[in-house]
Amino acid sequence: MEYVYSLLVLSVLGGALAALLLIADRFLCNYGPCTINVNEEEPFTIDGGCTLLDALYAQRIFIPSACGGQGTCGFCKVQIHSGGGPTLPTELAFLNAEEMANHTRLACQVKVKEDMVIHVREDFLNVQEFTAVVTDARMVTADTREIHLDLKEPAEMDFRPGQYVQIAVPTGKTAEYRAYSICSKPSEKHKVELLIRLIPGGLGSTYMHNVQPGDEVVLTGPYGEFAMDEDPDSQIICVGGGCGMAPMRSILRHLSEVQPDRPCSLYFGARTSRDAMYMKEFEELSKKMPNLHVHYALSEPGEEDKDWDGETGFIHLSVQEHMAADGKRQAFLCGPPLMIEATMKVLEEKKLPREKVFYDEF
Amino acid sequence: MPESALTAAAVIFLAAILTNNILLSKFLGMCSFIALSRNMKTSWGMGLAVTFVTVCTAMLNYAIYYGVLISAADAALQGRPAPWIDADLTHLAFLVFIMSIAGFVQLVEMVIERFSPVLYYNLGIYLPLITVNCAILGVSVLMVDPDRKFDFLATAAYGLGSGLGYLLAICLMAGLRAKLEHADVPKALRGLGITVIITGVMAMAFMGFTGVVDL
Repeated sequence: MEYVYSLLVLSVLGGALAALLLIADRFLCNYGPCTINVNEEEPFTIDGGCTLLDALYAQRIFIPSACGGQGTCGFCKVQIHSGGGPTLPTELAFLNAEEMANHTRLACQVKVKEDMVIHVREDFLNVQEFTAVVTDARMVTADTREIHLDLKEPAEMDFRPGQYVQIAVPTGKTAEYRAYSICSKPSEKHKVELLIRLIPGGLGSTYMHNVQPGDEVVLTGPYGEFAMDEDPDSQIICVGGGCGMAPMRSILRHLSEVQPDRPCSLYFGARTSRDAMYMKEFEELSKKMPNLHVHYALSEPGEEDKDWDGETGFIHLSVQEHMAADGKRQAFLCGPPLMIEATMKVLEEKKLPREKVFYDEF
Repeated sequence: MPESALTAAAVIFLAAILTNNILLSKFLGMCSFIALSRNMKTSWGMGLAVTFVTVCTAMLNYAIYYGVLISAADAALQGRPAPWIDADLTHLAFLVFIMSIAGFVQLVEMVIERFSPVLYYNLGIYLPLITVNCAILGVSVLMVDPDRKFDFLATAAYGLGSGLGYLLAICLMAGLRAKLEHADVPKALRGLGITVIITGVMAMAFMGFTGVVDL
């Protein structure tokens, strides 16, 4: 009889507690409908309780987000003029004094609990969601895959070289977004080429290394603040490592079409010659572009690199050796954080003003 | 002189804070104590949350233990009213206590998230960890000790006193750690080492209250 009583007591207690929590949830977590006003346009109403990021995405306003709303990338900055509550400790790491003064917050950390008035960058309102189909995919190094996507709906994307897109990685009923730079040129508006390195256990890279030609992929874009100097005398300096090659390839292929005489330099750092991608393609490109200088540097040349007659060592040393110390220049860096830090120091030595340097580190 | 229930409860309340401090005498509830005592505001918030949960769960668990779990024979022995179920279900005590604590902590989480999101994020993982805070389970388990003969008022007093004792200890530690920032602590002891040493010294200091009241 004791066993029956034991079961009975535990079930009744469990049930009672669950009921209590359900009732509490209904009253405490029910925020009712909230109106959000974005950039003084037509406000929209949504049920409270979700994050601002989710609310904006539901409204087809695709602000950038590379970490799936976990508060680790700092991309989803918006200005909240009213209705956001206090700034949370999770956001402080990503906001500087100026941003805090003008009410910048991370949309993924702000919960919609009341009516809000917010402002997002105008660029973000132009971002659209695209459905695309994989047309081609090949490995360019042992762990990097080049993927060609054909845009279906809408069929064209206007982007600038150096910008990136966000791929929607399906995770059950919803999706998480991961950012990848575009490596195709802007003149080909109907397609997007991506260069993706496989990160073990990585959500986006695993998904993108498994899609096959014919598969459908959803993406949002274009994002990215890089704007290339139009001045034909200003030298473009691209410094990249690993799959940081992607935006550089877009920039250089674009230049080969619109300004083939533009002075530009590409500095690419890889570990061994197997990781040095697109060497032949750039050789061909330098035939069309007489002022393009390409420098590859291997940091860990192995047995198979006995015949390598190019540079070795870290790429920022190559920049230090070859870069001119003056003149009109603009630099674009893309690669691992350590490479960017080291290169920034070299650029400073070469007297390149900070606002002429742009970098992407994701 | 026969003690009235109220006097007994008052004595228990004071004893739970000073001489039988759940943290400094029994060393229960250490992990959140050490982790959160860096910041006075967070310590205050955590202390209040723990106090609320301890009081409510102590009373709820008392009601369940003596209303349902205890056997009729034991109840008669202790001079208590008969429970709803005659059988001896005290083996369920730990499970039942943990369930009610878990439920209450969920409730507290919802309330805090609604009314103070800053505190919610400051407490972080330690808010749901209150569920497994041994101080709270310790209060429930200790109060049903047949030798103590606690009645409902005494239990409530014990729960409140333990919670406030925890609050006192964690706020004292937060104050001390704030002062430690300007002290020259040997490198090897910085952080955890010096904190645990200070806890020990505080525990010895609290022993000075022995004899003031006794549980």
